[in-house]
Amino acid sequence: MADDDHSELPTVLVLRRCPFIALLEPKCSQKFNLLKAWDSPLPQDRFLTTHARSVQALLSSGNGPPITAQILQLLPSLKLVVTNSTGLDHVDLAECRRRGIAVANAAKVFAEDVADTAVGLFIDVMRKISASNRYVRGGLWACRGDYPLGSKIGGKKVGIVGLGSIGLEVAKRLEAFGCSVSYNSRSEKPSLSYQFYSNVCELAADSDALIICCGLTEETHHMINKEVLSALGREGVIVNVGRGAIIDEKEMVECLVRGEIGGAGLDVFENEPNVPKELFSLDNVVLSPHQAIVTHEAFVDLGELVTGNLEAFFSNKPLLSLAVIN
Amino acid sequence: MAELLDLPEVLIIQPPPPFTSFESDFTQKFNILRAWESSLPLDQFLTTHAQSVQALLCHVFTPVNGDLLRLLPALKLVVSVSTGANHVDKAECRRRGIAVTNAGNAYSEDVADMAVGLFIDVNRIISAADWYVRRGLWSSKGDYPLGSKISGKRVGIVGLGNIGYEVAKRLEGFGCKISYNSRSERPSLSYPFYSNVCELAANSDALIICCALTDQTRHMINKEVLSALGKDGVVVNIGRGAIIDEKELVKCLVNGEIRGAGLDVFENEPHIPKELVAMDNVVLSPHKAVLTLESFKRGSEVMIANLEAFFSNKPLVTPVMD
Repeated sequence: MADDDHSELPTVLVLRRCPFIALLEPKCSQKFNLLKAWDSPLPQDRFLTTHARSVQALLSSGNGPPITAQILQLLPSLKLVVTNSTGLDHVDLAECRRRGIAVANAAKVFAEDVADTAVGLFIDVMRKISASNRYVRGGLWACRGDYPLGSKIGGKKVGIVGLGSIGLEVAKRLEAFGCSVSYNSRSEKPSLSYQFYSNVCELAADSDALIICCGLTEETHHMINKEVLSALGREGVIVNVGRGAIIDEKEMVECLVRGEIGGAGLDVFENEPNVPKELFSLDNVVLSPHQAIVTHEAFVDLGELVTGNLEAFFSNKPLLSLAVIN
Repeated sequence: MAELLDLPEVLIIQPPPPFTSFESDFTQKFNILRAWESSLPLDQFLTTHAQSVQALLCHVFTPVNGDLLRLLPALKLVVSVSTGANHVDKAECRRRGIAVTNAGNAYSEDVADMAVGLFIDVNRIISAADWYVRRGLWSSKGDYPLGSKISGKRVGIVGLGNIGYEVAKRLEGFGCKISYNSRSERPSLSYPFYSNVCELAANSDALIICCALTDQTRHMINKEVLSALGKDGVVVNIGRGAIIDEKELVKCLVNGEIRGAGLDVFENEPHIPKELVAMDNVVLSPHKAVLTLESFKRGSEVMIANLEAFFSNKPLVTPVMD
C-alpha cells in the first residue's frame, strides 16, 4: 500500500513550513518520509517526544526555528542536521558536537554567488556605479557634467575577514583585478600564500578595504567596532556579506556620516529589513537587501545539495557539504 | 625666463583632465602654450604664437583635422589623451608627416573593472536593489526579485585588445566561459574565436563591447546580433555608443527581447534615451570608465613619455598604428 511504501523511506524531520521546504517537497517526498511537525495539532515538544524519537535527520531552514539544545534533547536518535543556509548561527553547534550530530550546510552552493555579490558591491563602492546610475537617471549628466572620480581597484590591499568557502572565492576574484589579498580567520591556512593577520585590527590598519565573509558567532559579534573602523581609516571601504551583527552598526553609521571611513557596501544589517535611514542619503554606500544568495540557479543547486546530503547520509556515504565545527 | 625658453614647447588648445590633475608633472619638463587662456580667437592665437610649435597635446574635444593643421605648419606630433584618438584625422596627419600617439593601455585596467562592475550589476541587479532599499521598499514590500548567477555564464567579448583581455582575465575568476570576436584571432590565447559577431552572440549569454569605434564597427551590434543574443542575453558597452544601434537596443529592451544592459557610453552623450530611465534591468553610467585619479596619473605618464621621446629623437612609446 502507499503507506507501507512511504514508511520504508528514511524519515527526515522538518519543524516549520517555509518556501524553501515547499520548493523541495516534490523531489524530497519521493526519496524521504518528511515528518512535518507543523502539520500536527500537538505542540512541538509533545510532537517530537511522541513521533520523533527515532528520527536521525533534521532539515532546517536558516530562517528558523533555531535548532536549540532544548530541541536536540528531544531527538535522541538525531545524527544529522542539514540546513539550507551557509550561516550556522541558528544551530547550537556546541550541543551538536556534544551529541555527535553532523551538520551540513549550503556553503558550496552559495559561496560563488555570495562572493560575486561581495566583489560587485566592492566595485560599486570604489567606482561609484549605483550613485552615478542615480545621477544619470536624475538628468544630472546633461546639466551638471561629469561625475566625480572613482577609485582604482588594482593595487588595493584587501583584507578578507573569514577565509572560509566564501572568503576564498572572493580572494580568487580579487586577485584577477590586481588586488593584494590578506586575511584574518579563526586559524591560519598555511597552504595559502595570502598574508595572515591574527588580529582584525592590524588587518584593518594595513588594508584599503575589509570584506566581511565570516559567520556570526559569539566571538565575531560586533567584531568590527570603533577601533577596527578607525584603523581602516578615512579612505577605507567596508563590504559585509556575512551577518549584520558582525559590525557594530551604530558605530559604522556614525563613521560613514562623519566621513571617518571612505564607503561601504552592505548586504546584511543588524535588524533586517530595517536599514539605518542615515545611509539613504550617502552616495558612498551601496545597500543590498540580503540577496547575496538570491539567484534562480542557486535555488536549484540548493535543492540538489540538500537532497544529496540526505541521500549520502542514509546510504552511509560521506556528506557532500559537512560543515567543520571548531 | 631663460630656463622656460629652454624647455620644449607643447601646445594645448583645451587641457585634458589628466593634464589638469597633474599639471606640475608637465610644466617641469615642457613650456606649455596655453591657447585656452588667451583672449584671442583660436586661429589668431595660433597664427601669432604657434607657428613653430612641433607638438600638440589634446583633449578628445579638440578635433585635429585639416582646418587645424593648416594653422600649425611646424607640427610633427599629436599626443592624444584618449585610447581611440578618434578626434584625430589620422589620414590627414599621415599626409602631413605628423605622428600621432594615444594613451596605450593606460586606462585598460580601470575600464575593464568598470565593464565587470556593470556586468555584475546587471546580473545581480545591484543598482536597482540599492534604489529599492533607499526608497524604504525592503521593509514595506519585502524581498527584491531574484538575480542571475554569474558563474558559468558564456561571455562573448567584442574586441580582444588590451581592455578586452583584462575583462576576460577578470571574468575567468568568476567562472565565466570566455569567447571573442576581434579584427583578427589571437592564437596565443585559448579562448574560442568567432570571426562573426552574430555567431558569437548566438553562443553567448552576454556580450561585452570593448572594441574601438571605426567605420567597420559602427552599428555593428544591430538588430540581427541582438536577436541572436536572445531574451536572456545581456549587453555591456564600455567602447563607444555608436558601436551599438542604440535605437534598436532600446526597442529590444522595451520589448523584453534581451534581458538587460550595462552602458557607460551612448550615441549622443550626455543625452540618454528616455525609455531607459525607468528600466530596472539597465545600468546607466556617465562615460566614466576612465575617471579615476590613478588613470589620470597613468595617462599623464604616457603622454609625458611620448613627448620626451619625441623631443629626444627616440622612438615614440605609443604611436597610433593604422
